[in-house]
Amino acid sequence: MSENTETKGLQNWAETNVWALVLLTAIVVSIGGIVEIVPLFFMKSTFEHNKYPEIVWDGVGKRPLAEWKTGDGIRPHRPLEVAGRDVYIREGCYLCHSQMIRPFRDEKERYGHYSLASESMFDHPFQWGSKRTGPDLARVGGKYSDVWHRKHLRAPREVVPESVMPNYPWLDENMVDPEAIESNMRGLATVGVPYAEADFAAVKAETEGKTEMDAVVAYLQVLGTMAKLDDSKAYRE
Amino acid sequence: MDATAEQKYNLDVVRWFAVMAVVYLVVGALVGVYIASELAWPVLNFDSPYLSFGRLRPLHTNAVIFAFGGCTLMATAFYSVQRTCGVRLWSDKMAWFTFWGWNLVIVLAVITLPLGITQSKEYAELEWPIDILIAVVWLSYLFNFVMTLAIRKSSHIYVSNWFFLSMMIMITYLHVVNSLAIPVSMFKSYSIFAGVQDAMIQWWWGHNAVGFYLTAGFLGIMYYFVPKQAGRPVYSYRLSVIHFWALSFGYVWLGAHHLQYTALPDWTGSLGAAISLAMIIPSWGGALNGMMTLSGAWDKLRTDYVLRFMIMSLAFYAMSTFEGPVMSIKTVNALSHYTDWTVGHVHSGALGWVAMVGIGALYHLVTRCFHTEMYSVKLINLHFWAATIGAVVYIVSMWVSGIMQGLMWRAYDDYGTLAYTFAESVEAMHPYYAMRAVGGGIFLFGAAVMLFNVVMTVRKSFAEGRIEQAQTASLASATA
Repeated sequence: MSENTETKGLQNWAETNVWALVLLTAIVVSIGGIVEIVPLFFMKSTFEHNKYPEIVWDGVGKRPLAEWKTGDGIRPHRPLEVAGRDVYIREGCYLCHSQMIRPFRDEKERYGHYSLASESMFDHPFQWGSKRTGPDLARVGGKYSDVWHRKHLRAPREVVPESVMPNYPWLDENMVDPEAIESNMRGLATVGVPYAEADFAAVKAETEGKTEMDAVVAYLQVLGTMAKLDDSKAYRE
Repeated sequence: MDATAEQKYNLDVVRWFAVMAVVYLVVGALVGVYIASELAWPVLNFDSPYLSFGRLRPLHTNAVIFAFGGCTLMATAFYSVQRTCGVRLWSDKMAWFTFWGWNLVIVLAVITLPLGITQSKEYAELEWPIDILIAVVWLSYLFNFVMTLAIRKSSHIYVSNWFFLSMMIMITYLHVVNSLAIPVSMFKSYSIFAGVQDAMIQWWWGHNAVGFYLTAGFLGIMYYFVPKQAGRPVYSYRLSVIHFWALSFGYVWLGAHHLQYTALPDWTGSLGAAISLAMIIPSWGGALNGMMTLSGAWDKLRTDYVLRFMIMSLAFYAMSTFEGPVMSIKTVNALSHYTDWTVGHVHSGALGWVAMVGIGALYHLVTRCFHTEMYSVKLINLHFWAATIGAVVYIVSMWVSGIMQGLMWRAYDDYGTLAYTFAESVEAMHPYYAMRAVGGGIFLFGAAVMLFNVVMTVRKSFAEGRIEQAQTASLASATA
């Protein structure tokens, strides 16, 4: 400690006045977040559908989701898929399964086309994940049969002996609640998911008497199947 | 026995925060070892929703970060702010509100997470009613701390307090913004953000929970407790000034490096990576400042068990703050992301740095606040070796499994097709998952030894009436 410890200027102000320290710190720690986050809400290039509008279903918010066909484009989840997604969140599936394919050769061959930002634009909260203890699920839809998924969810090691996934036998026992699904969908509409009035009306018919197993399988089977992506197009730089 | 401190300062709230921190260290590590074992031996999920990995993993992270980390930060900040300012906490009542409020949050977490009540944002899983409670309790902590600084007797605010303050302010921002959600029922809400923006906000939170909660806050601990324990002033004041402002400004940018090669725009991820690399400088500046505080007193390491924890923590800190920037480099990240390497990196920080420096400070606090020596020094030494060996076994097994996973996923055979199925990579992880559980188990054993030692010390203190003596001693005779 032989150095001169006389402080001057701003540092002295911050060290001797607690309100100055609070103010300066509050400013300094806010800059990085503002610079990185705020532009994402305004830059058109953040979402690929601004350049390639065909990847979004043209009926979003206008026509009932029941009219949508596989490959028509990105759309909000249907009632049973919403219920399945809620179970996916509840069970913490995102802790071992990502839903975000990176633009590498091996990931393309293993999982399919790299993921686009537009594909999760209705996902509140996002389910990209951060760890692959199990494989990526961004494009798992249509890869396996419903029967396979049910067997696998009940007892993963019966179909994949090496798996370390827990068994989920309770999904067969729990029924989904149409009233809760409708109120959840109205919540999603509040945060900006464009549902048509007809979609709320369809909840009862589409979910009554279904189990959580039905719901999860419906959710998994739609993942990555919404938009038909064209390998010849550079959706992202 | 320090009767002056006992009567002048509020040591009571510090005492109980410190004891709870030790309890939660054991609980958090126990849940961690259990879920690590589930990955090695999935039969341990027992077909029960409440024991399944996906529900217990958030319980583990919340227990170690917010229960152990939180109580440690609250004990140490409340203690050191009083000592460095020369005044009692601004409000005793508010400090107790913070204590009971924070412990209520932890109890609610223990109940709701195994029930699957979650927002699914990593390290911010707790649902909206608990989030509101956290915000209120957190602000009581912040407000009491700032007001104590405001009524201080010293002219300058000591460096440890800058770091604590920076942590408290940033966590307020992060918690409020990342938890913004629309409730649909008492136990369910949806984030107001979606997709890419939600991802960026989550990792802005995620990395700064590490950068501020687990780094800036624990650097505050280092700046008070290392000099105190070593009996020497901080090595360089100037370095601490640079360290503080560079770390506060820089850490905030790093979240984007969690999203390299994802659908996050490239500019954001690259910016995050560039600043990540630059962060080696302030990080190592801090580690250096802590270690060099011992210059001229290195011999103390031979006899002082608490210092040993602290210096080992700084070595781990330097190691993992080098590893972190390396992993943020795009080519490295392409391999390491989604693998166990990330888990290993987090634990070199969490077990090696956060837990070790926290444990050192907690041993220091227990002796000071219960006015007695530790029940057993031998057991502290045993704890030190268990913690060190456990952490190393854990980290090494995750390095091997992580790099192996990354390489297996991208391996091609001679015909240009993928060499391994995903399931084969899972199978290859088994020995390392078992080894990780063993490493965690050794660490847990050390933590349990600490809990035993602390409980025996507290009992000894009570049996001898130490606190009461300190409270009632007349100060004239105590100082004589």
